[in-house]
Amino acid sequence: MAKYLAKRIAYTVLILILVSISVYLIFSVLPMDPAALTCGKTCRPDVIEANRHRLGLDIPLWQQYWNFVRGMFVGRDYGTGQAAFHCDAPAFGYSFNRHECVTTLIKEAFPVTLSLAIGAFVLWMIVGVSLGVIAARFKHRIPDRLATFFVLVGTSLPTFITGLLMLVFIVMRFGLANPLDIGKWVSPVTDPLGWMKTFIWPWMVLALAYAATYTRFTRSSVIETSSEDYIRTARSKGLSDRVVLWKHTLRAAVAPIVTMAGLDFAGLLGGAIITEQIFNLPGLGRLAIRAVLIDYDLPTIVATTLLAASFVVVMNLIVDVLYAFIDPRVRVA
Amino acid sequence: MTTPFLEVRDLHVNFPTPDGMVKANQGISFTVARGETLAIVGESGSGKSVSTLAVMGLHNRKVARITGQAILNLEGGPVDVIAASESEVRKLRGKQMAMIFQDPMSSLHPYYTIGDQLSEAWRLHNHGSKRDGLKRAVEMLDIVGIPGAAKRAKDYPHQFSGGMRQRAMIAMALINNPALLIADEPTTALDVTVQSQILQLLRDLQRDFNTAIVLITHDLGVVAELSDRVNVMYAGRIVEQATIDDVFYKPMMPYTMGLLESIPRVDRGSGGRLRAIPGQPPSLIVLPKGCSFEPRCHLKHQVVDGRCQSQLPDLEEVMPGHFGRCHLSPEALTLAHVEGVR
Repeated sequence: MAKYLAKRIAYTVLILILVSISVYLIFSVLPMDPAALTCGKTCRPDVIEANRHRLGLDIPLWQQYWNFVRGMFVGRDYGTGQAAFHCDAPAFGYSFNRHECVTTLIKEAFPVTLSLAIGAFVLWMIVGVSLGVIAARFKHRIPDRLATFFVLVGTSLPTFITGLLMLVFIVMRFGLANPLDIGKWVSPVTDPLGWMKTFIWPWMVLALAYAATYTRFTRSSVIETSSEDYIRTARSKGLSDRVVLWKHTLRAAVAPIVTMAGLDFAGLLGGAIITEQIFNLPGLGRLAIRAVLIDYDLPTIVATTLLAASFVVVMNLIVDVLYAFIDPRVRVA
Repeated sequence: MTTPFLEVRDLHVNFPTPDGMVKANQGISFTVARGETLAIVGESGSGKSVSTLAVMGLHNRKVARITGQAILNLEGGPVDVIAASESEVRKLRGKQMAMIFQDPMSSLHPYYTIGDQLSEAWRLHNHGSKRDGLKRAVEMLDIVGIPGAAKRAKDYPHQFSGGMRQRAMIAMALINNPALLIADEPTTALDVTVQSQILQLLRDLQRDFNTAIVLITHDLGVVAELSDRVNVMYAGRIVEQATIDDVFYKPMMPYTMGLLESIPRVDRGSGGRLRAIPGQPPSLIVLPKGCSFEPRCHLKHQVVDGRCQSQLPDLEEVMPGHFGRCHLSPEALTLAHVEGVR
């Protein structure tokens, strides 16, 4: 087990390094001059050059990358003398458009995205997995048909439709939510109820899409496991259908669901772009979208991309470790 | 002779499918007594497993159409498992009748230890703590010849070899000392040396526990080693029913002869080709009107009036205790067999 873990961690670190190199390289070779982007259209060449030097963009690419990586661990200083400024570790760069260290921007945006992801995750796992189990249990009967209908609706309605419908009906037509609460960031520590009020609608929008997928996936996983030989063995022992389902079938059927859940959750942590946009939530998705579409803010783009990729890579590691707990064939090799 | 433990009478099992009704079992009758082994042989799809799964009540009640009787003569009186409710059958399953399956690799739950799985089977039908269950599990593992049973009970199935897993399956099936053990191709997935060990084990356990065994197989070698009596099945019907010696030496059905001739034998010289039965078994949805084996039968031309095509032969007692389903006379069949062997 310890060996397995060590191997997986080493592997994860390697991937993170490769990801950071490729992300940094991709954005460095773009036909866009980051130094020129630091000031407006009427910028003088000498200002651009000065900024280029201050941002450390006038040195070889590999040195830039090295400074970037070093900044993540020890923080980073830009420029010298009066114009100098400092970004604390972990520093991902400096956004000239926003006049902030990128880390500061991320620190503001991440709790929003995390709140959105956790709530939606809990909601869709509860709804999706239980509907899937019910559908499998009553295969080809009315509960299964209803679940299939739910799957059809959930998977065919994109979040930008459900999100807008939600806004139209909940907020405007029924007045169930105060428009001012929409997109208002409230910390769950100081005001749990306000936090819920902000997030309940986007949670539902996101959860609907995912729950539909999970219903279908859970259903097929449970049905597939039900036809395994060891389930027949369990029944031949004289176990009741209930015990066979809960103890024998679900135990095995849950393994692939864990993998999928881990990766989907990690994907959401990188930012739910559409949902955040619709509900005006200042999360990582919005940060990234603004950096890409409006500001051409390269340091922010690099940072958000790297972060999103890291979530997936790290969650992969976590899923692998979880898998070892679920499946003794991994644990006791 | 004492009353047999299991009496199956006129068992029909049908499965409705979009293509039509699959008639998997059409009037199966047989009996097994405690301490006796009945083998059911036949090729894939002949209905061997279907009949025993019906006895175990393991068919999906909502799908399978089952009629007939399968009576267990318990101490408290006979129970017909076909007519009994699901919860009644469940109480008998694992307690009075148990089953082991073909593939021990996939028949044990990969996520639970061997000890847990055995103990679960025991605790289901006995009042005892987890510790008692585990103690009983270790006891059984020891009986089936797992070395270091106490330690191995903590292992997961993937840590066991194929033969050991089948031993563990047998231990689990016999943990409540059931009167009836159904072994569905218990050695098919194992290599030959392990096969004979498992058969030896079944024989020893049968002697010790006085178990009735129904052995499903298509391996006539296994039949010869373990059984007292044999049911030969073809296309959902029993076509021959006799003692082991009678089936091997005086087969009364061309299909049985075909099976026997397709076994490689060292005493028949080398260089010859094995004789396979030509053709395919019939569809269980649209069965031939006459004898199901007629299209493949090499002796059908000896029945001149064409009855084979038009009329299903009955399962008749051609000799004392020897039943065969064929229009040919026993004399003609004996002659054909002698010629075939030569």
